[in-house]
Amino acid sequence: MAAIAGLGPSALAPPTPYDPGAQRDAAAFMRRDHDGNDTLELFVAGPKCAGCIQKIERALTAMPGVIEARLNLSTKRLRVTWAPGELKPHAVTEAVIALGYDVKPFDAERAAQQTDEEGRRLLRCLAVAAFAAMNIMMFSVPIWSGRGEMGEGERTLLHWISALIALPAALYAAQPFFKSAWTALRARHANMDVPISLAVLLTLGVSLSETARHGEHAYFDGVVMLLFFLLIGRYLDHRLREHARGAARDLLALQTAAALRIESDRRISPIPPRLIDIGDRLQLAVGDRAPVDGVIETGASDLDCAMLTGETLPQTASPGTRIFAGAVNLTQPLVMRATATAQESTLAQLARLIEMGEQSRARFVRLADRAAALYVPVVHSLAALTFLGWLIAPALLHMAGWDVSDVGARVAVLNAAAVLIITCPCALGLAVPAVQIVATGRLFKGGVLVKAGNALERLARVDVVVFDKTGTLTLGRPRLKSHLDEAVLERAATLARASRHPFARALVKAVGPGPLQADVRERPGQGVEAGALRLGKRTFAAPDEANAQDDAPELWFTDGENAAVRFVFEDALRPDARRVVAALKQRGIAVELISGDRPAAVEAAARATGIERWTACASPQEKTARVDALRQAGRRPFMVGDGLNDAPALSAAYVSAAPGAALDVSQAASDLVFQGAELMPLVEAIDIARRAHDRALENLRFSAVYNIVAAPLAAVGLLTPLIAALAMSGSSMLVTLNALRLQSERVRP
Amino acid sequence: MTIMLVLIPAALFLASLGLIAFFWSLRTGQYEDLEGSKHRILIEDEEGV
Repeated sequence: MAAIAGLGPSALAPPTPYDPGAQRDAAAFMRRDHDGNDTLELFVAGPKCAGCIQKIERALTAMPGVIEARLNLSTKRLRVTWAPGELKPHAVTEAVIALGYDVKPFDAERAAQQTDEEGRRLLRCLAVAAFAAMNIMMFSVPIWSGRGEMGEGERTLLHWISALIALPAALYAAQPFFKSAWTALRARHANMDVPISLAVLLTLGVSLSETARHGEHAYFDGVVMLLFFLLIGRYLDHRLREHARGAARDLLALQTAAALRIESDRRISPIPPRLIDIGDRLQLAVGDRAPVDGVIETGASDLDCAMLTGETLPQTASPGTRIFAGAVNLTQPLVMRATATAQESTLAQLARLIEMGEQSRARFVRLADRAAALYVPVVHSLAALTFLGWLIAPALLHMAGWDVSDVGARVAVLNAAAVLIITCPCALGLAVPAVQIVATGRLFKGGVLVKAGNALERLARVDVVVFDKTGTLTLGRPRLKSHLDEAVLERAATLARASRHPFARALVKAVGPGPLQADVRERPGQGVEAGALRLGKRTFAAPDEANAQDDAPELWFTDGENAAVRFVFEDALRPDARRVVAALKQRGIAVELISGDRPAAVEAAARATGIERWTACASPQEKTARVDALRQAGRRPFMVGDGLNDAPALSAAYVSAAPGAALDVSQAASDLVFQGAELMPLVEAIDIARRAHDRALENLRFSAVYNIVAAPLAAVGLLTPLIAALAMSGSSMLVTLNALRLQSERVRP
Repeated sequence: MTIMLVLIPAALFLASLGLIAFFWSLRTGQYEDLEGSKHRILIEDEEGV
């Protein structure tokens, strides 16, 4: 979950410790619980230890009216409950912000419930199976070791006690399998749970009848042990999916920032964006993102559309300018009129493209499912053959003149059941989830959050990587390129410190802290001025200078006396971009660059990183089309992007990743989210995914070999309960140990 | 052999105590925040001493 801690409002405007947006969001997302108290759920970025929990919870419970404050460190969610009307919701967020943590409220309707009912049910089944397996061992071990010495009466007594424990326990613990098998059968197809359910029921029945006849072999221990191992695999698999689902759900819930609607009585009320109507007038503070499409009514400012178009240069906005959902207001407050609802805005249209991509991805068949499709018919026919063989063979042999006793249907059923139980996919069920859990955990430590359950399997098969430029291959923040006289820089910075424009900020960053000119005025779309000093566009600060032909992002500075000075900016590449491209090529993976930015900027980035194939001025549709074309050609593209304009391509790709600083929508559309300024974690992720794929295949092969050896033994009736128990636990442990190898293996790009 | 009549129920009884304890811990949500629990043990109680 720590990955979400990186969610900033924009790559161009890094999160400030105090975010005015959080304040009004809190008011929009507060709700009343069933006890009539007010509650607010916040996502808190940064808490790591006992000190953080204590600090936050104590500070909040000390506030008047607060009933409960509880921070969940695993999900980073803080839930605060207070008596109705006692507190203003933003007092809560302010208190947490004052402690030094960034907060973001959840839209409770979208966050859904967080308790994992399915996981609890599996854990209960697992506990019952474990209880039964351990206690039945207490009776099975004497039976095995006392073979030949133990009387028939004692043995039968121990069998009966085993039955007493195993029957209710197995019927309870096997419910997840029964239900899934029943659903599959009703839909007229078979899954892995059909042979499992059959094996459990058949073996219980056979063992019970053997016990009633005072027979030698009963498989009660085998049944519950089988369920125990299968449930471990099932639970691991569930946790993996739940973790991925949770990450995706949290992103969706976080996507909503409240909008400020100007009511008819000029009052400003915060509302969730989905409630915005066409014609509503909305206030856009500096740093705010437009919640819907609209037209500027009053004010003049600059808009950062980098997330929408990939364009690094801000656009000017004045009354009448169209503004699209997702654009960030940079310099002056604006009032806009909504021309579309949240559902119809550009943002939502992109979301629909994303959904289409996700549907195509859902068709991916997981490795374990492919193995199961192969496995089910084989096992069923083997069991059926065993049954028929034992039924018919003695009769045939008898007819052929051999002297064999007729063993009858009882032995036939017993052996068929033995085949089913020994081939039951304990190892198969553990083979893939065990590997994936280990791989996901390792990636998480390396700063890569895996959001989709089957992302690793897809990542292992990638053969072409498609990069976006702005914010992905580059850091998405302009940096001063020209080397100029310190004194000039210092003077220009005294103006730049007054502006939020990304170039002005880059200039300030290059110079460092210092004084500010008195009465600086910002002219949106032009620049800043104070007296004769001017910093901004060429047309504003140095109209007499000739236009530089290189098309580079620039700022001009003049003091009215000396010649005007030109500052050139560049969007710096991520420090390891070149190494990453080389590392990918070395692994036989092709690399492409596709961006919405100007050709000159894209070409420069491509040349600097060693990428041969690049496309500039690409619209979101063109990006998606390129990814689709690659897939149509049988390639498996891995899309890496951060902007809203990348989101449809992210979801259309075979597998996708977004940096932690990316827009929430892009993170939601991608399978992996990576943290930090480096791209190398992506290469490591591919390596680990490939290793994980190898380990999973090894495990599946081992399971196959195991079945090939064990099944004939069972078919000819040589399988005693002792051998069954040893084989099952042994193979499960081997598979798990093999998965754990992934933990310590060295993967170095 | 009569000792078995005592030992078996006793063993089963002890084991079922464990099972019940696990169910209780599950129902009271003690697995909801494993990350937080390991840190919370370090926090002193509010009205200590």
